[in-house]
This record gives sequence, C-alpha cells and structure tokens, in this order.
Amino acid sequence: MKRIDRSDKVRNGFHQAKWDEPIIFELSRKGERGIQVPRAEEEISARVGDGISAIPTGMKRRVPPLLPEISQPGVLRHFMRLSQETLGADVNIEIGQGTCTVKYSPKINDALARLPGMTALHPSQAEETVQGILEIIYKTDCIMREISGLDSFTFQPGSGSQGILTMASIIEKYFEEKGESEQRNEIITTLFSHPSDSAAPAVKGYKIIHILPDENGYPDFEAFKLAVSEKTAAFIVANPEDTGVYNPRVREFTALVHKKGGLCGYDQANANGLLGVTRAADAGFDMCFFNLHKTFSTPHGCGGPACGATGVTAKLVKYLPGPLVEQRGDKFVLNNTTTYDPVSVGKVRSFLGVAPVVLKAYSWIMSMGAEGLYEVAKVAVLNNNYMYKKLMEIECVDAPYIIGKQRIEQVRYTLEKMTSDTGITTGDIQRRMMDFGMHYWSSHHPFHVAEPMTLEPTETPSKEDLDEYIATLTQVFKEAYENPEIIRSAPNKSVCHRVDDSGVDDPRQWCITWRSYLKKTRPN
Amino acid sequence: MAINGFKNHPYIPNSVPEVQQQMLAELGLESLEDLHAEVPEALKLKDNMSLPKAIPSEFELRKHVEKLLAKNSNCTENLNFLGAGCWQHYVPAICDEINSRGEFLTAYGGEMYNDFGRFQALFEYQSMMAELLDMDVVNVPTMDWAQAAATSLRMASRITDRKEFLIPELMDLEKFLIMKNYCGPDITLIRVGHDAASGQLDLEDLRSKLTPDTAGIYFENPSFLGFIEQQGKAIAEMVHAVGGLSVVGVDPSSLGVLAPPSSYGADIVCGDLQPLGMHMNYGGGQAGFIATPDEEKFVMEFPSRLFGIVPTRVEGEYGFDDIAYDRTSFGHHREHGKEYVGTQAALWGITAGVYLATMGPAGMKELGQTILQKNQYAIAEIDQIAGVRGSRFTSQGFKEFVVDFNDTGKSVAEINKRLLGNKIFGGKDLSRDFPTLGQCALFCVTEIHTREEIDSLVQAITRIVCS
Amino acid sequence: MKSIGFIVNPIAGMGGRVGLKGTDGLAEEARQRGALPLAPARGQKGLIPLRNFESELQIFTPAKEMGEAEAKREGFAPTVIGRHTTGETGAADTRYAAKEMVQQGVELILFAGGDGTARDIYSAIGEKVPVIGIPAGVKIHSPVFAQTAQKAGELAKLFLAGQLHHFDLAEVLDIDEEAYRNGQVKTRLHGYLNVPVERLRMQNRKSGTPLTEKVSQNSIALDIIDNMAKGVMYLVGPGSTTRPIMENLGLPCTLLGVDLVMDGQLIAADATEKTILKATKQRNFKIIVTPIGGQGYIFGRGNHQLSHRVLRLAGKENIIVIATREKLIRLRGEPLLVDTGDISVDQMLGGYIRVTTGYKQQMITRVR
Repeated sequence: MKRIDRSDKVRNGFHQAKWDEPIIFELSRKGERGIQVPRAEEEISARVGDGISAIPTGMKRRVPPLLPEISQPGVLRHFMRLSQETLGADVNIEIGQGTCTVKYSPKINDALARLPGMTALHPSQAEETVQGILEIIYKTDCIMREISGLDSFTFQPGSGSQGILTMASIIEKYFEEKGESEQRNEIITTLFSHPSDSAAPAVKGYKIIHILPDENGYPDFEAFKLAVSEKTAAFIVANPEDTGVYNPRVREFTALVHKKGGLCGYDQANANGLLGVTRAADAGFDMCFFNLHKTFSTPHGCGGPACGATGVTAKLVKYLPGPLVEQRGDKFVLNNTTTYDPVSVGKVRSFLGVAPVVLKAYSWIMSMGAEGLYEVAKVAVLNNNYMYKKLMEIECVDAPYIIGKQRIEQVRYTLEKMTSDTGITTGDIQRRMMDFGMHYWSSHHPFHVAEPMTLEPTETPSKEDLDEYIATLTQVFKEAYENPEIIRSAPNKSVCHRVDDSGVDDPRQWCITWRSYLKKTRPN
Repeated sequence: MAINGFKNHPYIPNSVPEVQQQMLAELGLESLEDLHAEVPEALKLKDNMSLPKAIPSEFELRKHVEKLLAKNSNCTENLNFLGAGCWQHYVPAICDEINSRGEFLTAYGGEMYNDFGRFQALFEYQSMMAELLDMDVVNVPTMDWAQAAATSLRMASRITDRKEFLIPELMDLEKFLIMKNYCGPDITLIRVGHDAASGQLDLEDLRSKLTPDTAGIYFENPSFLGFIEQQGKAIAEMVHAVGGLSVVGVDPSSLGVLAPPSSYGADIVCGDLQPLGMHMNYGGGQAGFIATPDEEKFVMEFPSRLFGIVPTRVEGEYGFDDIAYDRTSFGHHREHGKEYVGTQAALWGITAGVYLATMGPAGMKELGQTILQKNQYAIAEIDQIAGVRGSRFTSQGFKEFVVDFNDTGKSVAEINKRLLGNKIFGGKDLSRDFPTLGQCALFCVTEIHTREEIDSLVQAITRIVCS
Repeated sequence: MKSIGFIVNPIAGMGGRVGLKGTDGLAEEARQRGALPLAPARGQKGLIPLRNFESELQIFTPAKEMGEAEAKREGFAPTVIGRHTTGETGAADTRYAAKEMVQQGVELILFAGGDGTARDIYSAIGEKVPVIGIPAGVKIHSPVFAQTAQKAGELAKLFLAGQLHHFDLAEVLDIDEEAYRNGQVKTRLHGYLNVPVERLRMQNRKSGTPLTEKVSQNSIALDIIDNMAKGVMYLVGPGSTTRPIMENLGLPCTLLGVDLVMDGQLIAADATEKTILKATKQRNFKIIVTPIGGQGYIFGRGNHQLSHRVLRLAGKENIIVIATREKLIRLRGEPLLVDTGDISVDQMLGGYIRVTTGYKQQMITRVR
C-alpha cells in the first residue's frame, strides 16, 4: 500500500461539525415531554387539595408558558449537536484568545467538582457540616497569599471585572472612612490595561484618567506624574499590559501613588507568566485579583461561572466583603464581621461566590505545587517568545514597542502592513483561521495598535502545536497576498457563513428571542 | 537555594527538558532563567514559593480532594429544608450531561461562526425564559439574582433619570448589601414597610415615599420570606403614576403556576436561574436573569450581551449575532454608560435552557403544583405542633414559609442544632437579620421532599420542642 | 433604484509629481511640466466595487472626464448633468455639479480629487448629502477620503446596501498652497462633510461597549458643562467635537469659529482675536479646543483667533482640550501639536496635558 502523505502541518481538510439544527421551538410536538416531575403523594392531595386553588386571585397563571414539548432523546440530541458546533478549548489549539489565558482544564478537577460532597452543599448549612469546603477555600486563600504576597483574599467576585469592581468598592470605603471621598475622585489606569479597569470603577462614579504608552510601550511616566495628585484615589493597572510588555518601573509608579496618599490595585489577568517569578506585594500593590478561570485553569464555561479572587494587604482587610473563612484551632469558621460592618464593602456576590471554581483551582494548584507554578510561568513565557520570534520573521507581521526584547506571556502584533498591501484586515484573518479549526481574536477596542492580533500561547500547547498555529497563520497571510477572495469569503468551513448584521442595531428588526422573531418576520 | 521547575509535567507538554533546550536555542538563550529579562532582579523571587508539595499522580490528587470533600455533610445524606436564595430541586441528568460537555465547558470568547452552538444555545435560553416570563427580551445570564436586581435598578435609574429606589424592608439582607454596594454612591435605596400579619407591602407607606425623584420600586414574588405579594398591580399603578418603573424579582420555578410579573405591570423582571437545573454547589449555581419589553429605551440600557437571530449570506441558514452591541444610552444622561460586561454565568444559562426544554409547559406546571401542595401540607402539619406556627404570615406562599418558634421558648439555633442530630438541616435562622420576628426560621419544601420526609421533620420538631 | 453622484476632478493630483505641491490654479503649468492626469483612473477604480449594482443604480455625473467617461468605461450608463464643458474644467464645474446632484436627490456623492475638490464640494452642499472621497489629489489632509480608491468604492457599496448607519462629520482641511510653496504650512479648516463610516463588527464582544463618535462627543460636552464655573468666560473653539457643548447649552454654534460663553449665555459668536482680547480683559476665562482631525494641532491650525496673545493671557491651566478616545488614538502615539507663531507660547504649552475624552474620562497626552 502507498504511504499516505500527511506531512503538511496545516489542516486544510478541516470542517467544523454542521448540523443545520432547527431552533428548539421547531422541534416541539404537542404532548411530548422530556421528564416526569415527582408529584405529591395521594395523602398530601387528599389533605390540601390541588394546591393551585390556594393561589390568590389574579396571581394564578392563566396561559401556560409556550415552552417546547420534546421527548428526552430529542432534547439531548439537539443540545449534543449544538455542543459539537462549539469550538471549546478542549478541541482546538487555543492560542488566539490573547489576554484571556485559556489553558488546559484537567478533567479530574471537573470530576471532583461533580461529587455530591460539592454539588449537594447548601450555602447556609451549619459550619460543622461544611468543614471540607471551608478548608479548601481557606487553603486556597493561603496559597493566593503566598503567590501575591498579600494578606487576605475573598472569593466572592464572579469574574475579573467583578474583582475590579470589588477593588473600586474597597477604595471607595477606604477613603470614605478617612473622610476623603469627596476629594479623591480619580482613578488612573493605562490604555493597555483591560477595558474593565476603567469601566468597573466608572460604575462607582470615579473619574477615569488614562495614561498613554510612551514610544517603548511602557506607561508614560512623565504623563503619570501629571496625573497623580491629592485627587488620586487609586491606580489600577495590569502588568504586563495586554501588549505583553512588562513595566520594569512599576515600583516607581506605585511609590508615587502612595506618596500622594492613593491606593494601588493590580489587575492580574495577565499573571500566567509571572507565577512564582514576581509578586504583587513586592511591586507595591495594596490589592490584586486573580482570575481562577484563567490563570488557575478552571474552565471558562462559555463565559462563567468563574471567580475573580481578590486580595488585599492587612490594612484593607476590614473593607473586604464578608464572610471570610478563618481557621480556629482545627476548625474552619465563617467570620461575618466585615459583612455587617458598615465600614466594609458588605457583599458583592451571594454566599461565598462560586465554590466549585475555587475547588477546581485548588485541585489544579495541588497538582502543580510551587515548582509546577514556576514551570507554568516559564513555559508560558518560553512558548510566547518562541512564537514571537517565529512570527516576526514573517514580512507582514510586526509588533510595536520594545523591539528586540522579551515579552511576558502574550504579544499584541500588528498586521497593518498586510492590510495596507492587500486590504485584508485582522477581522478577515479571524474568520479565515476558523477554516482550519483555529480560534483567533483581534483585540479590545479601540485599536491603539492598528490591525491587531493578540496571541497568548500559555503553557498548554506543545512545540508542535505552536508550529502548527504558526504554519496556519503563515499560509493565511500568503493567501492575503495571493488569493484574497478566499479570505474575504471566509468562513467557508465553519457552522455558518457570514451573517447579515444589517438589522442588529435596528429596533424594528432585531430579534432577541424566538417570540420576537415570530412577531417581526413574515412567513414565506 | 535556587528555584526549581516541575519537569515532564502531564499538563505542560513543553516541560520536557530536551524540548525546552531546543526552543531556548532558537531564542539564543541558555536556560529558562534567561527568560523574564524584563522583570527587574529586585522584584524577582529568589526561592520557590512556600506552597504545599505537589501531588504528582492524578490518583493521589483524587484521594486528597475526596478526603476533604468527605468532611462535608451534604444534602443527599441529610434531609435539607434550607432555601433562602439557593434551593434544592431535582436536577435532570440531562442538564449535567450537557453542561459537562467539554465543548461548552471550555469555550469562551469565540465568534458566532466557530462558537455557533454557544450562540444558539444561549439564544434559545433567552427565548424559553421569555416564554416563561412572558416578556420579549431576556439577557445572557449575569452573576446572580442580587446582581441582576442591582443592574435592573441601575437600568431603571438611567431610563427615568432618577436616583431614588424603593425596596421592601422584608428582603434578604445579603442581597440588600450587594445591591447597596453596586448602586452606591449615587442611587439611594429607601425601605418600604409591610403589614405585620400578612407581610404584604404597606401601600400607605409606599404612597408616602413616592416622590418625583422615584426611579421605581423593587419587590419580589414570591417574597424572600416565601409569601406571594398579591398587590403587584396596585403597586405598579402607584409607581407608574409618579413616572417610576416597577422592577420585580421572581423565582422562575413558580411560573408554571403563578402569574408572570408582566401580567401585573412589571417593567423589568429579574431573578435567579439556580432552580432551573443547577445544583446548589454551596451557592455556586447562581445565575441572574433580566427581562424587559422589546422597546429601544429598555434594550439600550442592558449592560449584558443579548444574542439575536439573524440571516446569513446563505438562504435557509440561521445565524446569530450580538444585538445593539454599541449600546450607548444615547448619551442623554451623565453616566459613562453601561456598567461593564465580562465573564458572568453563561454555562448556567445553557443549562437552564436544557432544563426548560426538558420540562416543557406540563413539567413546569406540575412542578409548581407539587411544590404548592407539599408546602401547604408541611405548613399544616407543622402548625399542629404545640407552640409552633406553621406560617408566621397569613399570606399564601409558594415554596418557602416562615415557621414561628417564639412560643416554644427555644431558639432556632437550639432547634436546628438538635435537628442536625437527626440528620435534618432545619430552616434558615432569621433571628439575626429580622430581629422583629424573634425566633423564626425560613423553611423550604420543594418537589424533592416526600411526604415521609416532611413527616419526619414534623416528628423531629415535635420531639425537640416538647422535650 | 438607488442614485448616486459621481464627480471626478480630472486635474487633481497633477501638480504632485512635477513638484508643484498642489494643482490649484496651476493645471496648465503642470501640463507643461509634463504631468499626466491621474484622477480619472483613480476615480474609475472607485466604481469597480459598484459593478454588481449596475442594473439598479442610477449615476449622475458631469460630462466627459469629470465622470461620464470613467463611468462608461466601467460599463455604467450614467445620466449626464449640467453644462457641457469644453476645455478646462474648474472649481465652478465641481460646485455646480454637486449642487445639481443634491437637487436630483442623490443618496451619496462619490468624488475623486484632493483637499481642493473637497472644499469645492463642501462650499456647494455643506452637510446635505453624505460623501465619500476617492483619494486622487496631491493634498489629502481631510479625513473625508477613504484610504484607497478601492476602499472608497467598497464603502459606497455598503452604504447603498443599507449596511452603514453611522456618519461622522469629517473636517475639510486645506493648506494655503501659495504659502506652502513658499515653505510655510498654513492649514485652514474650511468646514465639514458628512461621511458614512463602517464600524468594525468583527471585534471581540468581551470588552465593554464602545460608544459611537457622536455619543462620545456628547458625553464630553456633558462633562464640560457640568464643570463650568460661574462668572468664568469660556472660549469655545471650532470643531465638530466642541459643537455638542453649544447644542447642550441651547446656544447657536459657529462650527468654524470661536464662540464666547458665560453663565450659559452667548456673549459673542464667531469672535475675532480683537473681540476675544476685549471680552476677556480682567476676567477669568478658559479656552476649549479640540485637535484638528488626523494631524493633532490644537493651536495654529484653523483657530487663529486663539492667538498667542490670547493663549499667554489664559495660561496653560486654563486650556481645556477635548477629543474622543478614537480621535486621540488615530494620532498613533504622536503628540498634540501647537504652532502659535510665538516660540515662548509654544514652549509654555509643551509637555503634557489632560484631554477630556468623555464624561469623567481623561487621557494624558504629550504636546509639542
């Protein structure tokens, strides 16, 4: 038999699963049902009647909800097909979602989180009945303290953004207690920090001041000096920023803010390349948050549930949302002091946040230890700089700032040359990469780096995976010059073709639910 | 001391030393130490962090975590009557099957082309919730009920350009704290009193607190303490008369039998998805929803993503996209805009969709009916116990009720402690958060409680209070 | 049936290659120096993306090389309007054609030329009908032009397909060619044209909701108004970014001039330097300016009324710079520029300055 040639690294034969699945309402057949509900026993019915008659006048539902009626295999098949039409990190080489750290989420952690010892816990159970989960939360707190150098963590925030909101709320409470809330109404951040670093504090009414990068891509220190004053409540920043550039003068920035009486909050969304290498407290930060779903591997779940573990120095502990988990002797207890103290933030999320996410992060960290976390950081940075070097060899790829120096865990590249040569944009490349089963994201708006491409390989891909991603990008860039039509028409091998988005901003045309769609469209 | 890494780690392909050397050589570097050249030496750790030693094998890791979890007593081994914001319902196996799928579990920020299934599943979730709520617009889930309520208040405040919100004094203190933090510093929350016997909102007190600055009122159905607020229509009319909005929080598991808030004048409806297919997860199964009419003034105020159905270039193909992504507030008010959007609780939205599709209209009605019957039975039986009132409030409830122990001379803490000895988790102790109620507890009975189990609760309480 | 106007300034761009820095009034000399017309080919290229529309597209165009010839070469059957031009075409022909097109009710005017041509179109139709410029001149300073001819055509196609719903008022800038030939750059802001803009829809939807240019401008205006102090006079400089301030105050606005406002009242409209100096005498005043799009000049271009004398009196602390984030980001890291004609004032303004970019939003930017 002839040997089959599979030497090409690029998956030209890829096609995503495409089921042409109807909308679930179209699967409805009167009388079908997906499950039987446990019913009240006869003795109960005999004692209290049908239950419904007791509903007060006007409060009884008159028309049943128009939910679909589908048998169980029908429901299962439908959602299994939709899952197949989703490109999770389990099935692709996830490099293209820069700034969001999508890494391998070990199956064991999900399996553990599905045990009844986790799923069947009610958050108001007595302390003595939840010692296991409290111990896990407490130990994760201790681990986070060691990783950051800070003194106490809350796991209530359900995302990085909510972590930032929590930091902003702590800042608000801190200055409220000092009687300086009127005076300190400005929060400084940088252009290449995550947009939520400005959006979340804005909810709290802060004035937001953005520092632009200097010619090397570092936050402009001269501009920063003008920004910091007695009005400064806090400086909230990512480091490395979303460009992958690490600001080596960070301690001068935090020192200046402290000198003027402000606080410093660290957005550690980009911490993956720094674990065990450098710590928030050492750089002078009073607060930070870690995304457990990113850096600590608990999966993203299509966008949550998640956890933005938020930590503070000792002087800020009294402002943290409560309760906090503490160890007393060999017992773990909930300390609700801060919950009810008006000096504190009170609460930012129900109960103790998303405990299964904390459990998965704990389990992941325990599989790593300090040496593993250090390996994660080193390999993430190695992978990134390997990719950086290889991609910079391609003529149409460039990356502004700190030329010839290392980046941390990601790089924001620019494809501006390709765009001006061919008219193909980074958005076009995004759609074309899907034709090879690859995820690719451009970056946050507004595009300060023109035609951006932000890649973050993390520690998960192998060298071969990196080479495959690079080879695929190389082929697509070549197409941009030689066969741009194939890019313009992309995606060609995804679940659907380019959507017609002409109606999405028009209230007469947008259809946010099936019932709206039926009202706003006419049958053929 | 030097820093060491963990070589040949199963989760890190490039932790193989030979591969690392090859890659380092490409970069012109000698060792991993040469990386992080941009981080100043003064900021670098010189030793490994002080963390528990790694558990190298998956087997031992499983043992370790299982052992920790075994220290918990859970609600399958014990009989649980706790609710108060997180409720034990039956979770159909199909819900776990779908949300365990790696494709959904590990997806994140893809576009509609490669994450088509995620877009369709969330659009369908929105659509089924819309039917349950009888409203035309539902968002991609937010964190939890408290967050959904807080955001609803901010939306209403922007729509009306007003800064005062009325809330019932009988509400969950934790939720109140979350809303207060999120709405501060600019929105003021003003408490409205209630009728002591029925728990119903005091309409006279409400009338006295309505002003031209009232952005709206927020109340819940069923209320936090379990009873049905039956004056929804009158409340909405009163608040509408001063130009405010009616925001109603609702337990979606009640909507197979209870009227949806839109039928009594609600402008914005919010609540928690946890009853719809999520395990309690120690409070980690919460997810908030927000629903409004399909009107520009409401839609443009959502901070959340809204997925819509659209045509594609190919005839006969469904497509999905973000709706009104550039939501702007029209710049008419002095607010930067839309709060923020980020990771929230999407997986629970997909799960709630699976749940609603599985239950269908019949399932939701039967669920509601079963819960009503079992609650009425439980209240009646507990009421038989000397010195105990099965329901402190005279209003009809749904799945929770306040049991009054004041006449037993025993504290809820004491009773619960003894119930625990019988492997029963008694109701939530209300004595701290609602001091005027004295020794009362909020019990929750759902479709999962059998007659036998309710009876055993009654027997246990009888034994405890009579001893 | 869709209808568009199509105008080519056939002599645009001729001066460039023969070192004339512009062709205004110098077409003959350019020809003598051996220049060949460029604009017709560029203009024609701009029509290519519209080919699919041909059956449902009515093109109005002036005769011959001003559009008719190019449209025909691309296979369209245009409707010729206006006078039959013989010999040299000029600015008057462009203006006449544009006006006539508005009369005919075209939805869009696609024109090929340079800053001079944009000026002519502006003076004829103002903001009445959206326009898209095909870059074909020597001077392309005005952001009314697409990046390339092809892009201009694609934008027009999207517009006609009903896929563009957003518009920007883009500056019509032109330098004084006479001065330029003498080594001086004097840019003037002549007005604004209405340009359809394509928003990038392929962005990741994780980030917050970016505001449109118009809404951003409005939120800047609200910030400025909320911080206006009693008894202080505000000198509101020219520009589409400053306009919403006047609109929100309910005052008439001079788009190209400086308006004086105090305590919510208009003190003087379109003030000259002399009026400004008189009005601000022994009074607290502040200057509100916005950089001129694309270049980043905050003083010395398009706002000569705010002279170095006025600026010296004000001092740097009384200068409020406003710009949307997008506008600043389009400067690509370049500083804001000042050129007041007085070195000491330029130095006073140099360094860093706070720029208001939205309600309670600022950026700190370099000034040179």
